[in-house]
Amino acid sequence: MRRAALALLFVLLLGPAAQAERLIVSVSNHRVTVTPNYSGEELVLFGSVEKDATTPADRNAYDLVVTVMGPRADMVTRRKERTFGIWINTDYRQFLQVPSYLALFANRPFEAITSPEIARRQQIGLNNVLLTQRVSGDFADVVPNDAFRSGFIRLRTQRGLYREDGSAVTFLTPTLFRTGIPLPAEVPIGTYEVEIKLFANGAFIGKTETAFEIVKVGFEQFVATTARQNGLIYGLVTAAMALMTGWMASIVFRKD
Amino acid sequence: MQLYLPIADLPVNVFLVLAMGAAVGFVSGMFGIGGGFLMTPLLIFIGITPAVAVASVASHIAASSFSGALSYWRRRAIDPSLASVLLCGGVTGTALGVWTFTQLRALGQLDLMIALSYVVLLTTVGSLMFSEGLRALMRTRRGAVPPRRTHNWIHGLPLKMRFKRSKIYLSVIPVVVVGIVIGFIGAIMGIGGGFILVPIMIYLLRVPTSTVIGTSMVLTLVTMLFATMLHAVTNHLVDAVLALILMVGGVTGAQFGARAGQKIRGEQLRLLLGLLILSVGIRFAIELVIRPADLFTIRDLGASG
Repeated sequence: MRRAALALLFVLLLGPAAQAERLIVSVSNHRVTVTPNYSGEELVLFGSVEKDATTPADRNAYDLVVTVMGPRADMVTRRKERTFGIWINTDYRQFLQVPSYLALFANRPFEAITSPEIARRQQIGLNNVLLTQRVSGDFADVVPNDAFRSGFIRLRTQRGLYREDGSAVTFLTPTLFRTGIPLPAEVPIGTYEVEIKLFANGAFIGKTETAFEIVKVGFEQFVATTARQNGLIYGLVTAAMALMTGWMASIVFRKD
Repeated sequence: MQLYLPIADLPVNVFLVLAMGAAVGFVSGMFGIGGGFLMTPLLIFIGITPAVAVASVASHIAASSFSGALSYWRRRAIDPSLASVLLCGGVTGTALGVWTFTQLRALGQLDLMIALSYVVLLTTVGSLMFSEGLRALMRTRRGAVPPRRTHNWIHGLPLKMRFKRSKIYLSVIPVVVVGIVIGFIGAIMGIGGGFILVPIMIYLLRVPTSTVIGTSMVLTLVTMLFATMLHAVTNHLVDAVLALILMVGGVTGAQFGARAGQKIRGEQLRLLLGLLILSVGIRFAIELVIRPADLFTIRDLGASG
């Protein structure tokens, strides 16, 4: 409570001075439920840039970069090589705590929005997002054209889990914007963080955050948690189900 | 109609999976086999990870072999003592197989192992069966009598036991070993192993054809139930929803397959089955040899950091 009050005070004191614009955003749905007939969905993020008294008068063209990050997980990328005439996995890299879903949207191409240096610092574009790898005991991100890094991004992109689009954000008025967040059918379950970064004339001038969650509900949720937490009972039930189905079939199709 | 699979974490078309179950069930009923060697590759083909496919197919095979075993039991075509000796080996083999499965998965070589074992096993068994069927067909065409069955080295082993219903007197050692082998490859490859077990029992153990299929179904049933349990407890990869759809399609298809199978002569049936097994094996071989479309693969290790 006290920490919250302190934080509020901090914002009140520093907020207006640090940034002249306020970003107000909302997602069309803060809780996406995965039901038996779920097969992908599209959320809509909309918001507006609010100017205040301290906003420079000549500032009226804004650029926005929206970053959506799904729950983080460790992932291994393996590379196949030809050994003894067949293709087998040989080398691998481990990616640590990388987003399972990652989308970067902007109102115009990333390189047009800001300088390469700021883009790198603000992690604008798939090439600039930090993807930590374990490289022989060390933790670091590598150059964007690293074979494992680009292979990883390419595969995630093919599955619709990583994406970048320099024209997905639309400004309805100079300050009112919206963008769609497409969620593929095989979407990772968990909490998604959304970061909205505001740029003007190539300079980073502020950001805001929001979030939504994707949850399995009802039967899906029940099956998934039972499988994980009560493996034995789950196995017994599945085995019993197999026996029941087999027995029913032999009754139904009995000839004599 | 799309349905979201809770463990495989992806939506599938229910009718497609039902049809796949029915088609494989038809084949399995026709040849008296479990059909896992067809089902697992099909599931992998529609995008289910090999690990989930192998684990879920086990329960599907259990269902279809149970319905088969029940009808063989009514016809007294199961040898209970032979089945229980086989099972001793089968259960041990399955436990070893699931353990190896977990180890290989951690090493990242599971997919390779599954593919390699498919190639080796299916091409070998397929070509043996095919050539044997071809020879038998030639023989009947020429009107020659089949060669007399002679005893082989297996019948010289100790620890002999009398299997009454099959009317054979046989050492338990080869029976247990066969059980272990079938259980092991079944757990790793997601197959019941019936298509290997039946020829082994006929040609090596000299089990009469009257009890061979029923007895092999009992082994398949128990090892697959056991494999389902172990996969559920150790790897948490059994998708019950997927398994149920497969089962319903499978047991239905199997009934029609069994009827169709009775209309075809034994040698032709073996020839066809050999051809089928061989082609699945060759398909896997081609996939290993040609350069994959993407050299990279990703595996999600989960949130645990």
